[in-house]
Amino acid sequence: MNSKFIAYTTATAVGMAAFACAAMARDQVKVAGSSTVLPYANIVAEQFGKTFSNLKTPIIESGGSGAGIKQFCAGVGEDKIDVANSSRKIKDTEIADCAKAGVTDIVEVKFGYDGIVFAVDTGASEWKVEPKDIYLALAAEVPKDGALVANTAKTWKDVNSDLPDWPIVAFIPGEKHGTREVFEEKVLHAGCKATGGDKLQLAKAEGKDDAEKKKAADKACNKVRKDGAAVDIDGDYTETLARIESNKQGVGVFGLSFYENNKDKLKVATISGVEPSLETVASGKYPVSRPLYFYVKKAHLGVIPGLKEYVEFFTSDKILSADGPLVEYGLVPLPDAERAEVQELVKSGKTLATAAK
Amino acid sequence: MTVETAPMTTDLQSSPRMRHATQALIKKRYAAERRFRAYGVAAILFGLAFLVALFSTIVARGYTAFLQSAFTLDVNLDQGAFGSSTPPSQSDIIMADYTKLANRALFQALGVDPANKADAKAAASLLSANADVQIRKAVEADPSLIGKSIPLTLLAHGNVDTLMKGHFDRTVPENRRQLSDKQLGWLDKAAASGVLAKHFNTGIFTYGASSKPETAGVGVAFIGSLYMMLIVLLVSVPLGVAAAVYLEEFAPKNLLTDTIEVNINNLAAVPSIVFGLLGLAIFINFMGVPRSAALVGGLVLALMTLPTIIIATRAAVAAVPPSIREAALGVGASKMQSITHHVIPLAVPGILTGTIIGLAKALGETAPLLMIGMVAFVVDFPKTPFDSATALPVQIYMWATAAERGFVERTAGATLILLAFLVCMNVTAVLLRRRYERRW
Repeated sequence: MNSKFIAYTTATAVGMAAFACAAMARDQVKVAGSSTVLPYANIVAEQFGKTFSNLKTPIIESGGSGAGIKQFCAGVGEDKIDVANSSRKIKDTEIADCAKAGVTDIVEVKFGYDGIVFAVDTGASEWKVEPKDIYLALAAEVPKDGALVANTAKTWKDVNSDLPDWPIVAFIPGEKHGTREVFEEKVLHAGCKATGGDKLQLAKAEGKDDAEKKKAADKACNKVRKDGAAVDIDGDYTETLARIESNKQGVGVFGLSFYENNKDKLKVATISGVEPSLETVASGKYPVSRPLYFYVKKAHLGVIPGLKEYVEFFTSDKILSADGPLVEYGLVPLPDAERAEVQELVKSGKTLATAAK
Repeated sequence: MTVETAPMTTDLQSSPRMRHATQALIKKRYAAERRFRAYGVAAILFGLAFLVALFSTIVARGYTAFLQSAFTLDVNLDQGAFGSSTPPSQSDIIMADYTKLANRALFQALGVDPANKADAKAAASLLSANADVQIRKAVEADPSLIGKSIPLTLLAHGNVDTLMKGHFDRTVPENRRQLSDKQLGWLDKAAASGVLAKHFNTGIFTYGASSKPETAGVGVAFIGSLYMMLIVLLVSVPLGVAAAVYLEEFAPKNLLTDTIEVNINNLAAVPSIVFGLLGLAIFINFMGVPRSAALVGGLVLALMTLPTIIIATRAAVAAVPPSIREAALGVGASKMQSITHHVIPLAVPGILTGTIIGLAKALGETAPLLMIGMVAFVVDFPKTPFDSATALPVQIYMWATAAERGFVERTAGATLILLAFLVCMNVTAVLLRRRYERRW
């Protein structure tokens, strides 16, 4: 009895594995990438499934922009993903990696913008900050009397007398997040420039030539203090929110859409006097924003059923217009002219220029 | 307890000073024993307190996930909405504008003037985006409903659901709230008249992933987990039992088998993500198993479960008394017969326990699934193990990171479902063991 059972189950298992090897034709679009883009892609996939009842709903994986692009660049074929979501532009080095694996024709689709906001607990008074306040509060080295010194600011009031007398604790995205890059570039670096820190860093920077020196100086500007004032959050915005709920004097960095969904628990800070909203980010008045992209493998268009429809559906007016579902969730829409451009690009299938090898 | 005083001589006991000293010593020993016991009880209470705290928070947060707010509306399926042909063709039924029908019924129930565009928009947003699918399904199931007005229970939007469950703070200024004063007014009226009410939430069991909390469920994840457990069972039990029986009964004791043994014990302690990397390299990249499929997840988890099963089976086989084997051999059974007829049946309770503990561990894993693409948004139900699927713990993780408030209770609700699944498995293990266990 038992030996028969064992033999039978083993045979079944081996048979199943062998069956799997004869890979079946894929009839489902596969997407991977940025966790910022994920909720938008989920909404599109869901609507896609509802609209095209003859096609399967795409599978959306998250895992981060970098990881998604790496998978995307693994090669062409049914077992490789079709679309990579990204909260930043693809890098030249990544395009080169793609080309090495045979992924030469990539269609870049920009579908909207995302604002990055600073928010505090709802019980707090109004927060009005400048990039330089954040820089002076969080940078590792700050300029003082014409020289760079280690940051010793204890409270926000030390940095800017208009801010409350709270100990400095800021929850910022961890280094694996695409959001961190935007935070560094648009906030810390801007603050560094505004306070003259960049010149001091440049004078101190080491390097063979000016370009290298500048790079080192930029890096030094973006360095945050490690004494517990700036807390890296490697999880998601839900973790940042939980931290602020337990520490009512903490300041957190969020995506605009997350803030919009949790308005009753968070109060947003204005940056340089501009309150973040769909309008101010779209118009470019609010300084801390970034474009969101997805990248499509052209070789898969027309091969994987539903891919062409997915891309066209994603960029259609129904999805991307100002009263579409993505904007309702918190996406900052593309201006009409830009949207028309993107739709034109999708139709023509224009690919990115392959970078120099 | 009196034994301890027995060796004392009468001579010692006769001296009052000595007797006093002995009694103090005995008292001290008893006190030490009481303390020792108290430490044990304290340790158990400490553990229990954490368990109770954990369970009570999960249950307190999660039980509302099994209720769902919905509007019961009289939906008028008038002929006009389904084109001119009678009876309407299949495509007419699919293409009809059900959102319009749902909204019309809602406006009527709430007393909203559809001509007032702003009001109409505010009212329409109270209904789930899935309401149209619900009506369509009702019509598809019974096309004879067309032309009639029927009462239908349509899901409310996630924000309405949070309000109904009391997770909504009305004291927050209107511009910071997800629902305006006007919308609250309509909802209060609807709730008072019974149009809006909480019903048992079957959706959490039957829906797949969704970006909207009201239509999100663990259906796909549950089926995915079930497929994976089946594959783990089919792959790791035969392999594990065969390996363990060979190692225990046949294998010679030498350097090679010792190395194998050490390696199996080590494998049991390897972090699970390593198995995910292995699965990515071998099953997906080399063997070409489709990414995100329940099959590849099951195979990876089977590899992870193998060491647990081998170790448990070896212990169970070793625990069968040698007299059983000797008796079998003594009456003329071959070695194989002694094993298949006597040793394995007697070891079954131990094997089952090991298997179910291994399965339960595999059921709760997310880390290895991340590498093979199963941490994903999957809407369609997997028909076969080759289709993309996700797993229960993955669904919990994905909901925990979602921004909408409605997902908080669903995260806890899904945790409860996972716990119920685990309890079922463990109870099965205990029952099976009771049934087959034999003492000698």
